[in-house]
Amino acid sequence: MRLGLDVGSTTVKCVVLDDDNKIIYSVYERHLSKITQKISEILEKVKLAVPGVENALFAISGSAGMGIAQSCGIDFIQEVYATRVSANTFLPGTDVIIELGGEDAKILFLEGGMEVRMNGTCAGGTGAFIDQMATLLNVPLEELNGLAAQYEKTYTIASRCGVFAKTDIQPLLNQGARKSDIAESIFCAVVNQTVAGLAQGREITGNVVYLGGPLTFMSRLRARFDMVLNTKGTCPENSLYYVACGAALCADKAIDFDGLIEQIKVYRGSGNFAFNPPLFADKKEYDNFIERHNKADVKRGDLKSYTKKTYIGMDAGSTTVKAVVLGEDKELLHSCYLGNSGNPVPIIKSFLESLYEINPNINIASAAVTGYGEDIIKNAFNVDYGIVETVAHFTAARYFMPDVQFVIDIGGQDIKCFKVHNGAIDNIFLNEACSSGCGSFLQTFANALGYSIEEFSKLGLFAKHPVDLGSRCTVFMNSSVKQAQKDGATIEDISAGLSLSVVKNALYKVIRASGPDELGRRVVVQGGTFLNDAVLRAFEQEMKVDVVRPSISGLMGAYGAALYAMDRSEKKGVEKSSIISQQGLKSFVHEISVTNCGLCQNNCRLTVNKFADGRKFIGGNRCERPITKKKPSQSLNIYEYKLKLLSEYKPVNGYRGKIGLPMGLNIYELLPFWHKFFTTLGFEVVHSPYSSREIYALGQQTIPSDTVCFPAKLIHGHVQWLINNGVSTIFYPCLSYNVDEGLGDNHYNCPVVAYYPEVIKNNMKDVKKITFINDYLGIHRKKDFYKKAYEMLCKYFNGISLKEVKKAAEAAYEEYDSYFKKVRAKGEEIIEIAEKENRHIIVLAGRPYHVDPEINHGIDKLIAGFGCAIISEDVVSCRVEKFETTVLNQWTYHSRMYAAAKYVGTRKDMDLVQLVSFGCGVDAITTDEVREILEKAGKIYTQIKIDEITNLGAVKIRLRSLLAAIGRE
Amino acid sequence: MAELKYDKTGRLIFTKEMKSEYTILIPMMAPIHFNIIKNVFIHYGYKCVLLDTDGPEIAQTGLKYVHNDTCYPALLVIGQFIHALQSGKYDVNKTALMITQTGGGCRASNYIHLLRKALKKAGLEQVPVISLNLSGLEKNEGFSITLPMIRRIVAGLVYGDVLMLLDNQVKPYEANKGDSAALVQKWTDILTKQFAKGDGYRRKEISKKLDEIACDFSKVKVNKVPKIKVGVVGEIYVKYARLGNNDLEKFLYDMGCEVCLPGIMGFALFKVDNRLEDIKLYGGSKIKYKVVKILMDYLEEMEGYMVESTAKYGFLPPSRYKHTKELVKDVIGYGSKMGEGWLLTAEMLELAETGYENIVCTQPFGCLPNHINGKGMIRKIKSINEKANIVAIDYDPGAPRVNQENRIKLMLAVAKEELEKSTGKKAAGPVLKAKPKEKATAGK
Repeated sequence: MRLGLDVGSTTVKCVVLDDDNKIIYSVYERHLSKITQKISEILEKVKLAVPGVENALFAISGSAGMGIAQSCGIDFIQEVYATRVSANTFLPGTDVIIELGGEDAKILFLEGGMEVRMNGTCAGGTGAFIDQMATLLNVPLEELNGLAAQYEKTYTIASRCGVFAKTDIQPLLNQGARKSDIAESIFCAVVNQTVAGLAQGREITGNVVYLGGPLTFMSRLRARFDMVLNTKGTCPENSLYYVACGAALCADKAIDFDGLIEQIKVYRGSGNFAFNPPLFADKKEYDNFIERHNKADVKRGDLKSYTKKTYIGMDAGSTTVKAVVLGEDKELLHSCYLGNSGNPVPIIKSFLESLYEINPNINIASAAVTGYGEDIIKNAFNVDYGIVETVAHFTAARYFMPDVQFVIDIGGQDIKCFKVHNGAIDNIFLNEACSSGCGSFLQTFANALGYSIEEFSKLGLFAKHPVDLGSRCTVFMNSSVKQAQKDGATIEDISAGLSLSVVKNALYKVIRASGPDELGRRVVVQGGTFLNDAVLRAFEQEMKVDVVRPSISGLMGAYGAALYAMDRSEKKGVEKSSIISQQGLKSFVHEISVTNCGLCQNNCRLTVNKFADGRKFIGGNRCERPITKKKPSQSLNIYEYKLKLLSEYKPVNGYRGKIGLPMGLNIYELLPFWHKFFTTLGFEVVHSPYSSREIYALGQQTIPSDTVCFPAKLIHGHVQWLINNGVSTIFYPCLSYNVDEGLGDNHYNCPVVAYYPEVIKNNMKDVKKITFINDYLGIHRKKDFYKKAYEMLCKYFNGISLKEVKKAAEAAYEEYDSYFKKVRAKGEEIIEIAEKENRHIIVLAGRPYHVDPEINHGIDKLIAGFGCAIISEDVVSCRVEKFETTVLNQWTYHSRMYAAAKYVGTRKDMDLVQLVSFGCGVDAITTDEVREILEKAGKIYTQIKIDEITNLGAVKIRLRSLLAAIGRE
Repeated sequence: MAELKYDKTGRLIFTKEMKSEYTILIPMMAPIHFNIIKNVFIHYGYKCVLLDTDGPEIAQTGLKYVHNDTCYPALLVIGQFIHALQSGKYDVNKTALMITQTGGGCRASNYIHLLRKALKKAGLEQVPVISLNLSGLEKNEGFSITLPMIRRIVAGLVYGDVLMLLDNQVKPYEANKGDSAALVQKWTDILTKQFAKGDGYRRKEISKKLDEIACDFSKVKVNKVPKIKVGVVGEIYVKYARLGNNDLEKFLYDMGCEVCLPGIMGFALFKVDNRLEDIKLYGGSKIKYKVVKILMDYLEEMEGYMVESTAKYGFLPPSRYKHTKELVKDVIGYGSKMGEGWLLTAEMLELAETGYENIVCTQPFGCLPNHINGKGMIRKIKSINEKANIVAIDYDPGAPRVNQENRIKLMLAVAKEELEKSTGKKAAGPVLKAKPKEKATAGK
């Protein structure tokens, strides 16, 4: 008899095998992080159920089992290895195993060179991710699959990280997308993540087997894998127990069973973990703290008997809906704070109904709404004003502290904070890459450990040794918490530690402050998460300053909106709000349908909301076209112009045959150069079309590094497109150096741009079928270029002369210059028109390939929608002389950005918005530098991180805040 | 007290007065090498301290003062500096920092600037930073690298590489624990004394000393049992620095493996060779080519001594640079030079070729060149040498050690299976037990 124990990140599995390797006992239970307790429970159970099990051979496996195995002297079997042993035993002939667990995703290739792939530092696409998504949808995990089965269409949800998926899903929910469609989309995301992240270029074919919890319980997930892999995988009986079986199969030592149970019970880990000082030394300190904060309160009044004018403020946030009613003296008459289960419309509806019920004669003078759901609420209920969240929070904060310097709001899933300079919002920080500093993070943890969030956070107040968990992503935090538990941290220590992490994450990851002084000494904190005393205290400790937490901390957005409504209506002299009447509410109907716009390349997924009175509201659009059905009349958008210009480089028949260029990364800028070069030499130059999801999907399976930037990943699809379309020679050269524009200390390309052709060459199998030219060329040395290009060409083609190449090179350089001249001329034209029309000019600064609509997600159109003119960094970079930067200025593309920032600093009517690709290591350096240059000139720095995401919510907040700050909204 | 002087661009200069008054802090990377090289600086009149601090506070300090998305090595090195300066152990008005600067196209060339930014943020602007480079970047009147110094540093690298190699080949098998480490210490001391006297860096001396060292190590009593052989490649800092890779070498050693870290000499040759390749690929000055070639030849000669001495006493010598370079010829272009460039790919091939088929490819999370040369080439390497068993490990302040070790263990599990297959007997190491029985059916 053999016993195998699989201690996973969320569950414990145990099997007993008889001597014929038949499972005679099995158990599968969630451990809620109380690992040792659960194991000893299970072992006791096994002992009762299986006579003679005390003498069984015993081994442990599983990601959380290593420590226990070591300290109890039991053999530990690496879990993937265990899976493999099981598969070899029970399912001979298996080619590929796909196993999803609580926090890990694995692909095992068994045949033809055994290979194992595990998710690395990212847990997107695992059970934990699905858990998170279910929480977000507010459906029990068990129902997710059933929900997905009813799907009609799917949305694109970024598959890398739970956080990105959240930012995709939230607006969908807010716009009223169906939960069943989202559920199915979540499964799609998981599949994409697994395939793109783990297959790393190796094809998944043959007998595919699905293992692990999520794949066992969710048939839709399996169906999606089948669909994407174009195969029919099987999920064998006992698919949950393969790791445990593997451990059992490898076991070759019996143990002292009772002794082990005792040992596990007392197992405490090493007892060493890094910790911080306690939050409160004693009860007295806590009482003083509470007393101090109780002072920041608002006047109250009674709504029922109130007869004067009232003002309504609503905040339709990502996880909660908040609303307040104020009286003429800014007294709080009524408030509500409700969970948002995805659609804020019914919640606001019942809020308004309750108002009319409490006080049928209520005199609503004005109303305003803010938050993610701003647009839909404003339209659904005819609300007078919609304002951007940052302005709402600032308005409220100023009420409590007129000279406030810094406002930080930590909500359910987002951190919003900003500095105040000269009475205006100056510097906005939003969490885009990470949500570990937010309320939902604490909530998830509390739930996972079996507590409510209130109970859980209270536990930490008097913890003796708050665990030092650092400041990182939720997923990493999971493992850190487990480690701390193993090392003997108490639940109190962990609770306090998590509160500290929330704060550290906000300060050092989102704001990136180095110390409190940088943020100012006058600080207002708000948002639901700060209602949590432990978090508040941790924040004060870390900042070393006493802050103000208004008693209505959770309602500040709504409060600010109400104050804003009051101010506006007073200024305008409006007495009566346009908000829906009690009568109107009775007949209020809200219908949702989903469609694709199809009017331009972005092909936005539109959510059409219809209301009883026949009004329509469209969500999910980037521009006004789906509403007006008209093209924007005059485009002051250089991004559009560049696209148009590039599309003019069409293939010209050539006697030397076709040569293909993949349209991505630096080819975006060098298309004019190479097109001219090869056309002059007599080649027919074809290039892949602009990117799309379809093109991305073509090459997704061949991406070897899942953390490389999205623009690089896209190249795979472009190359595949060319091959699929019969191009048998592809030219994609390596370029260490770019053209020297005299703006920097050097003129490199970034390593990814420079050498990505090498990745394509070595990871795309179809490339072997064609001629793939990826030689190293130096376009930066004009006088040597043609000679070197000649040598290169001779390797692949016959009968090309040096003279011809020289001529072609000259033409190419000329074309390159002329392309830039055209772009700059157009830029100048846009600037002139903008000046005449008194429009604000946004320099949308990025890399040349940010022109690709699939990469910029139509952000240029969004900005244009605000009435601004858009130019790119290269339009103005030439207007500045080389200057000293703090960092080494060594990349051509980035030198342009520094120069553009410098130039923007000299103009009142210009601001710079920097586009940053997620995962771009170079931008860790450039963003700080661009910010420094802008701030020195008294400008506001705005950065937009882009990835696969299509959500523009955060982008809107930033841009509207920027425009509000410069008085253009 | 030394006066603070600035150059035209406003950079704080390390002055002549500072040379006598200031202590220079050097971040630790490869311990054996750096201890020897530190002594070279001391010999030339600089007061140096090698920072060998560790602990989570260092990364935390780094996170506080450096952009969080910056590469992990920058975060650690800068964190280590500031942590030291804030520790109270050093007089911040009499301390300078030294950092290398390569001038390549990867982010690493910016470390020095990020360091200055961080110092400013931390209110330590008075601390001068010395750039250690061979490209003539950032001159300081109180600090100069002279030709004899370069020769000593090169000698330091040679000795360091050989000591590291011998230690790695002897330690896992030594009969008396500690013998090998004692020899490393003994030779570090001897070499330091020699350098102080101005000896030990001439060609003949090097060759002779290397023989003596190898001979010494060959006398250590060993017990040769088959062990899993693991090679480590990667971004140079996380490859060598214990702080960067959670003491990977020790972890592997504790797992019962023999470890091989390709030496720093290869990297030095690679960096010099890049200048030649640039000229070959894109054109350029013939004179520059000749000058660089002289340096290249000198380093290759040194490499020759390393190979000869180690081979003479029965050790597996380091592969010759020329050979390593040849291995990668049809895999990736020699123009791929940023970071560790094609060398990283080549080292994996070389390791697999010399019996270290099990490879840990270390990289800081999001390291740009390694998307190409590390992760991007693994598939190709496997198609060339199907025995290659490679695991890529990301290092960053948030990556928990348990996960990293778990992944390495998986690689080791496969390695062990292979080893047992080839030797026909059970191998040492705590990784795995017993083989499963033959085919059976699962079911209740």
